[in-house]
Amino acid sequence: MAPEPPLLSMSGITKSFPGVRALDGVDLDVQAGEVHCLLGQNGAGKSTLIKVLAGAHQPDTGTIRWRGEEVTLRSPIAAMRLGIATIYQELDLVEHLSVAENVHLGHEPTAAGFVVRGRAAKESTAALLKRLGHPEVDPGRLVGDLSAAQQQIVSMARALSHDVRLIVMDEPSAALDPDEVDNLFRIVADLTADGVAVVYISHRLEEIRRIGDRVTVLKDGRAVARGLPAESTPTREVVALMTGRNVEYVFPERPIAPPAAEPVLSVRGLARHGEFAPLDLEVRPGEIVGLAGLVGSGRSEILETVYGARKASAGQVLVDGRPLRPGSVRAAVRAGLGLAPEERKAQALLMLESVTRNVSVSAMSRFSRGGWIDRGAELGAARKATRELSLRPDNPSVPVRTLSGGNQQKAVLARWLLRGCKVLLLDEPTRGVDVGARAELYAVIRRLADEGLAVLLVSSEVPEVLGLADRVLVLREGRVVHEAPARELDEHRVLDLVMEGSPAS
Amino acid sequence: MTQHVSPPRDGTGKAAPVDAPPAWRVRLGRADVRTLTLLGVLAVLVLIGGITQPDSFLDTRNLQLVLTQASVIGVVTVGMTFVIVSGGIDLSVGAIVALASVWATTVATQEYGFFGILFTAIVVGVGCGLVNGVLIAFGQMVPFIATLAMLASARGLALQITDGRTQVVTVSSVLDLGERDAYVLGIPPLVLVFAAVTVIGWLVLNRTTFGRRTVAVGGNAEAARLAGIDVRRQRLYLYLLSGLCCGIAAFLLIVLAGSGQNTNGNLYELDAIAAAIIGGTLLTGGRGHILGSVLGVLIFTTITNIFALNNLQTDVQQIAKGAIIVAAVLVQRRTASTH
Repeated sequence: MAPEPPLLSMSGITKSFPGVRALDGVDLDVQAGEVHCLLGQNGAGKSTLIKVLAGAHQPDTGTIRWRGEEVTLRSPIAAMRLGIATIYQELDLVEHLSVAENVHLGHEPTAAGFVVRGRAAKESTAALLKRLGHPEVDPGRLVGDLSAAQQQIVSMARALSHDVRLIVMDEPSAALDPDEVDNLFRIVADLTADGVAVVYISHRLEEIRRIGDRVTVLKDGRAVARGLPAESTPTREVVALMTGRNVEYVFPERPIAPPAAEPVLSVRGLARHGEFAPLDLEVRPGEIVGLAGLVGSGRSEILETVYGARKASAGQVLVDGRPLRPGSVRAAVRAGLGLAPEERKAQALLMLESVTRNVSVSAMSRFSRGGWIDRGAELGAARKATRELSLRPDNPSVPVRTLSGGNQQKAVLARWLLRGCKVLLLDEPTRGVDVGARAELYAVIRRLADEGLAVLLVSSEVPEVLGLADRVLVLREGRVVHEAPARELDEHRVLDLVMEGSPAS
Repeated sequence: MTQHVSPPRDGTGKAAPVDAPPAWRVRLGRADVRTLTLLGVLAVLVLIGGITQPDSFLDTRNLQLVLTQASVIGVVTVGMTFVIVSGGIDLSVGAIVALASVWATTVATQEYGFFGILFTAIVVGVGCGLVNGVLIAFGQMVPFIATLAMLASARGLALQITDGRTQVVTVSSVLDLGERDAYVLGIPPLVLVFAAVTVIGWLVLNRTTFGRRTVAVGGNAEAARLAGIDVRRQRLYLYLLSGLCCGIAAFLLIVLAGSGQNTNGNLYELDAIAAAIIGGTLLTGGRGHILGSVLGVLIFTTITNIFALNNLQTDVQQIAKGAIIVAAVLVQRRTASTH
């Protein structure tokens, strides 16, 4: 009755950070010798999961079994001792050390316990590099002098220098040329033939079909699909799992008549080399325009360029018909733009400060005279703005870091509300927001539009764009491939456009 | 950014309490607890001084001397606190004090009398701060490197000006400021300047848009930029401010010493940074306390004084200072943990 237990079996893994539940009861089974693909959008919980697996994060609840036995991965060393190696996307190599030194970092071959045997290290490194198909890399060279692809090989050699049973690869192909990707796949095939399991993370769906055995899809910290057969599951189903809704969101109603006012935001031929092609768009007061596309389609880059946080290589941005000084956030803010960025903690919030100070930071001139802040007026204004968005708790003096993800997002919106901005740029507004709190955020965004704000929305969740926006621009690889009113589009059609770039379905 | 392993919050994240400090601490607020702790340390030091040297330590003249000595480094520390709150560092403060004090006491400058000396000290201080600020804000240099370079050049220039000689001040109106006749209700004028700088510094950091922008830049520079703050201009202003404080401190030192010397202000940078840190300012930026910094300065100066009165060598003083820095940081992590 008892078959061979899976090599690795994680069940009910939960991990919370202040304000967000990154993992919410995730299960993952990996068999020896298989390539198990882990899919999910940014923020779905992939990195948290692999950090738990690598011993870098401790789960709040849940169990991890290794060859059927329950284990605790207290530290990266503990994970390594079991035979779990992780190759992170940002390679963790020491640039000023040689290839061999990096490969053996922390477990150098020694004589008498402490004298590093440099020659032995180089020889074993050379053997590993040969096995990985890169005999041309000199073990004595400094890692900083190598190309990105070669550095990745070094990283992999380091993983193999341990007695490894499971390798986690976090987007290993992101920095590679096509023929280097072929070599990577050959290595993966060799490893699995030896019985090593590979957990493979990638955004590129075609890769998963080529090398994957099974697929687990994460969304909002939950495994929405576990162990699907990689070959026979249709791509569209996988994408729908990644981008789709897993509960029925209630989207607010759209106004009956589209707004007729002159556009407040006009973007003309805006482009950035290597990121997105010349783009035209207009947003009217009261209108929500959505940009839909997968990771890498240039969504965030477009928003940040409109906002002046990145300098455009061509084109211009006009607010009320007046062009903005390119590359100047201050000019954009003064003209009435406000950005709610994707990475709220890194790009928007002052985590040490109270909600009040986070809300007031862009509008300090409204309650100060000659640089002197009227703190009563500041608190009053912050309270009014946060109440308008029903931010909880209803006390703007609490530290912003204690708020949930949805309420932190409301704090960012309150900032721009208080500033009195005309155009709101929303980059993944519900990223890291609990599923239950999203409907409320959607209602807030719609209400702001109804009150006359122009909203430009970016989201990797197609149902979100379709449900919230009035008009949708579909992006693929930095290019607008389709534009239509949201009510004329459905999820399947957008997914086809996003994947194929041609309207044929 | 790496997410450090933090204690789990309430899963739904609905305004989970960060932790539950005891009720008395809630009522007082964390800032007050820190201030009271520092005041307590200072009180204990005064007690030790009073017990070990009852006659000389509690003597009015000695207390006036302690406060006067604290004034020079104290003014520097107020400027340093602003820079550290913004996430920067100014290693050049001691060298700027030296350069400003010798430039303001050359024979040529002294011909212009009281205001010539005052004006020169401040202009030299602000000028050095301007160079620091431009290199850091617009040259994109790391503050540590830019101000380290300023430290070396300003000290070199100070030596070049004096050729190693002490420049005695002959302007009597400057010297008079240090005399007992100038004391206001028993308080030396230098101490009054220090008090004024402290009060203004506190108000600017806590009650003005300038202070808020400083905190925002230090707390999260990218967020500050995307919120529409001119981060580069703010950084420039902050190093100007630190330079201005050095200029004022240089003038105080000229009054106190009656001369200008290229060795002035030696290691002020370390004393100022240490005082700011034991006062509760985060070296990583984003949070700082002027009052804490000033109490830190008073604690250090009092220790130096007690040790000197007890004929203990400077090496023992240095060890004691080091121990206090470590103890203060450890205590703060317990009482006022931020994350």
